[in-house]
Amino acid sequence: MSSLILIILFAALGILLGYVAIRFKVEGDPLVDKIDAVLPQTQCGQCNFPGCRPYAQAIANGEADINQCPPGGEAGIAALADLLGVDPKPLNEENGVEKATMVAVIDEETCIGCKLCIQACPVDAILGAPKHMHTVIEAECTGCELCLPPCPVECITMEPVTQTLTLWQWDKPDASPQKKGAS
Amino acid sequence: MQFLTSNAPFIEPQNSIQKMMLWVLIALTPGIAAMVWQFGYGVLANIIICVTTALTAEAVMLRLRGRPLRPFLSDLSAVVTAVLLALALPTLAPWWLPFIGALIAIVMAKHLYGGLGYNPFNPAMIAFAILIVSFPKSMTVWVLPQSLLPTGTSFLDVFTPLTDQQAKKALIDAITAATPLDEMKTQLNLNKTVEEIRTSAVFGNLAGQGWQWVSIAYLIGGLVLMYKKIITWHIPAGLLLGLFIISFIFYLIEPSIKPSPLFHLLSGGAILGAFFIATDPVTAAASLKGRFIYGLLIGMLTYIIRTWGGYPEGIAFAVILINMAVPLIDHYTPPRVYGHK
Amino acid sequence: MKLWRFNGGLPSLAEHKNESVHLPIETAPVPKQLIYPLGQHIGSPAKPLVKVGDKVLRGQKIANAQGVISAPIHAGSSGTVVSIADHLIPHPSGFSALSITIQTDGHDNSIEPKPQPDFRQLPATELVQLIRDAGLVGLGGAAFPTAVKLNTQNKVTPIDTLILNGAECEPYISCDDRLLKERAHQVIEGIEILLYITGAKRAILAVEDNIPDTFTSIQQAVAQNGNGAVCAVQIPTIYPTGGEKQLIQTLTGKEVPSGNIPADIGIVSTNVGTVYAVQQAIIEGKPLTSRIITVTGEGVKKPHNLEVRIGTPINALIDVCQGYTKHADRLIMGGPMMGFALLNDEIPIVKATNCILVASQQEVITEKQAMPCIRCGLCASACPVSLMPQQLYWHSQSDQLEKAEKLNLFDCIECGCCDVVCPSHIPLVQHFRYAKSALKVQKHEKHLSNVARERFEAREKRIAQEKAERAERARKKKAALQKKPAKEEIEAAVSRSKAKKTSLEEED
Repeated sequence: MSSLILIILFAALGILLGYVAIRFKVEGDPLVDKIDAVLPQTQCGQCNFPGCRPYAQAIANGEADINQCPPGGEAGIAALADLLGVDPKPLNEENGVEKATMVAVIDEETCIGCKLCIQACPVDAILGAPKHMHTVIEAECTGCELCLPPCPVECITMEPVTQTLTLWQWDKPDASPQKKGAS
Repeated sequence: MQFLTSNAPFIEPQNSIQKMMLWVLIALTPGIAAMVWQFGYGVLANIIICVTTALTAEAVMLRLRGRPLRPFLSDLSAVVTAVLLALALPTLAPWWLPFIGALIAIVMAKHLYGGLGYNPFNPAMIAFAILIVSFPKSMTVWVLPQSLLPTGTSFLDVFTPLTDQQAKKALIDAITAATPLDEMKTQLNLNKTVEEIRTSAVFGNLAGQGWQWVSIAYLIGGLVLMYKKIITWHIPAGLLLGLFIISFIFYLIEPSIKPSPLFHLLSGGAILGAFFIATDPVTAAASLKGRFIYGLLIGMLTYIIRTWGGYPEGIAFAVILINMAVPLIDHYTPPRVYGHK
Repeated sequence: MKLWRFNGGLPSLAEHKNESVHLPIETAPVPKQLIYPLGQHIGSPAKPLVKVGDKVLRGQKIANAQGVISAPIHAGSSGTVVSIADHLIPHPSGFSALSITIQTDGHDNSIEPKPQPDFRQLPATELVQLIRDAGLVGLGGAAFPTAVKLNTQNKVTPIDTLILNGAECEPYISCDDRLLKERAHQVIEGIEILLYITGAKRAILAVEDNIPDTFTSIQQAVAQNGNGAVCAVQIPTIYPTGGEKQLIQTLTGKEVPSGNIPADIGIVSTNVGTVYAVQQAIIEGKPLTSRIITVTGEGVKKPHNLEVRIGTPINALIDVCQGYTKHADRLIMGGPMMGFALLNDEIPIVKATNCILVASQQEVITEKQAMPCIRCGLCASACPVSLMPQQLYWHSQSDQLEKAEKLNLFDCIECGCCDVVCPSHIPLVQHFRYAKSALKVQKHEKHLSNVARERFEAREKRIAQEKAERAERARKKKAALQKKPAKEEIEAAVSRSKAKKTSLEEED
């Protein structure tokens, strides 16, 4: 008698699970979307993947580690660690170091209008046409540096972003005598 | 003209940790004086041993951890921990008891967790708990109150070097006895009624002889602390109310085998705990609502341990156990912010 | 009148009003240069109307408002525009920003004022436009464009209470006090204008109870004016009772819901200095070109309450106060609780400046040694917004900024009460400012990366589309080739080339 009850119970639960799996199925891979939302979208390829989404996919599949992204920096690694429930680790310095946001600037005297940099930019931040002046739209440039290698006359340099009043930040105060060596 | 810049507010801070700790020590003096009057100078010896050990241990730990000595030693937090521990220990405890206790409190319960501000458990109570579990016999050598000492003896006799071990033992036997709480618990287990037990000499009109005055002295100190706004009324009121309510309920149900609320309030470490131990800011709850609940829970748990637990005094374990619940209490008792429902 | 009490605050904060409260308002001389940073109000910076070399008169508009939340700027005296360039601005960042500099010519000629003494003849919207054109912003320190604040005609909740903030709660500052003592009649006229514009049923002018003489003057002025809707009230002196939200709670018991403005609960609150400026703008017809400030502290020889032209460099005011003493250690714009320290005295006075505090080392504390937080909870008891600064501190310090935001970090008014009571001397306000600005930048970066992602995906789509089109064309071509027999194509091509060849030979 009890085994009959158990069989019926398990069957009912099984049907319920099947129903839920079909009714609440989510298209696509939400984890990849969540990881992609954390990544900085520089599309620079320093992580050895062709863009942020492929890297996100690789992390979700367990093929890549969370510490490969220099533009995301320590904050990005911490956010990924939090999302995936793993321990954060230091940035893999082989891919690059975390540095202040830079933007590309084209030296217009030297530019020959070859449009190789326009083709290289992953976010279409360079304005121009063949045999016409090229210029970088500062607001759209993510600092990925993918335009530097293709330029045949090496006229592109990276400059720090101009500081604006609206984006100025207060400094973080010290945590004083708790730090080692302070006296 | 050029100027250096710094950040607002530019006003001298009104308080300091040192000032707060100093007031706690001042508020403890009536209680210490009452202890000396009733139970002799043993408590002073305990205090001296505890404070010296605590400060030395703190200095060593700060050095080991690479922290600056001056600000942390001069804030007197180690001194307060040491004094509270010393007051909780029996007055005739052997010297190594306060010594080990202070070491445990400062090294284990405070610095191993990160030092000032980072310890989750009350250091003095951790030390007390470890001592009472590890050295149960030494922790129960309580002196009789002054009114009950056998005629012809005085406290100073303890300090006379008695090479005759027999005589020493006889002296100690003569002047020590169980505390009122201990006596109550033991006799209840032997199926006596409360009334019968109360006739014993160790009990006074309100609670234990001698102990009731010590508790009242601590109460005066605690009220001074509240007046100076070093502590708020929430934790003491919560603790005493919790203890009162639960003891009152059981007293009403079975007055013959449950002592009265007044006895509970004035015995053992209830007043000391309410005003000085549970109010340790680092280990207490954060918001005022939370603090009241924190006090309430400690009061109730103290009664439970005293009545049904294995030890006659429950304050230490109650404080430690409710310290564990503080993050939960904090989560559920945030204050209502202006402009939010 | 019934009063309520907000949580916390500092009832025993040393007021330091005696240094300046008895000093009558004196007019500061017009300086040689007037400097106008274009972004000296909340909202978009103004856009210059003049160019270098233009001659201007006092009261002439030199920069126009940009967008709804903005305000125009007017010249403080007659002279010539000598530069429109970056100049050090009064901001804790120490940045420079675009500013108009005027070299004054000493004549101090003004444009013709356009008084409207009979303001009730005009509709409220027109008065609001006049206020906007006069460049009025909140003179209590926030510099919010007054015309935007008074634009309450389309609000869901009608305005029923007008609050006039005369509660100068920061230590040292006494400019509003002197204004109320000396120019109460103009202030009351200004209140009447505001009552008319907002349609409020009552106006409450609040001052702290540590200036009883001023209260008596105000009461007399209110009685003389006779408008039953205006009443003056004394409130307990507790810092920061002059904060808009705390004042509203004290006077009405209502709380402004988080993220909303007082107009959403039917209240408009303005500083008394702003009200005076409204009266000057409407009844006297003069745009905002000057304001009253207190210059005080042990670092100046003689403290003063001065009516200064906006744009005056601070060193000109120090000269009026007979110069620095040898104790001058910090130059603070604002009060000691919420002001900020300036790098040098060439920085100009802006509309939001209400005090210049030249402090000595005895008066202000410049360095604090922070100890770990002992979780004493004094900060929460002092917080007028009932926040938990302790928790906000733990999260800001460990860079868990989202948690701090969830605990209502952005409701913090940065009053400094928690900072002053903390026994561990932790610079709490600094931590919260850092956390707020870091969160703002984080949100901005998130927005940028979202835009970058969209651009990247759009580019990928475009490239894929181009590829697909190319493949489609190639496929069509291939299919077309296979349809026709190749032989006919070749014969047609051969005959075409033959014809071309013969025509070329004929041309030669």
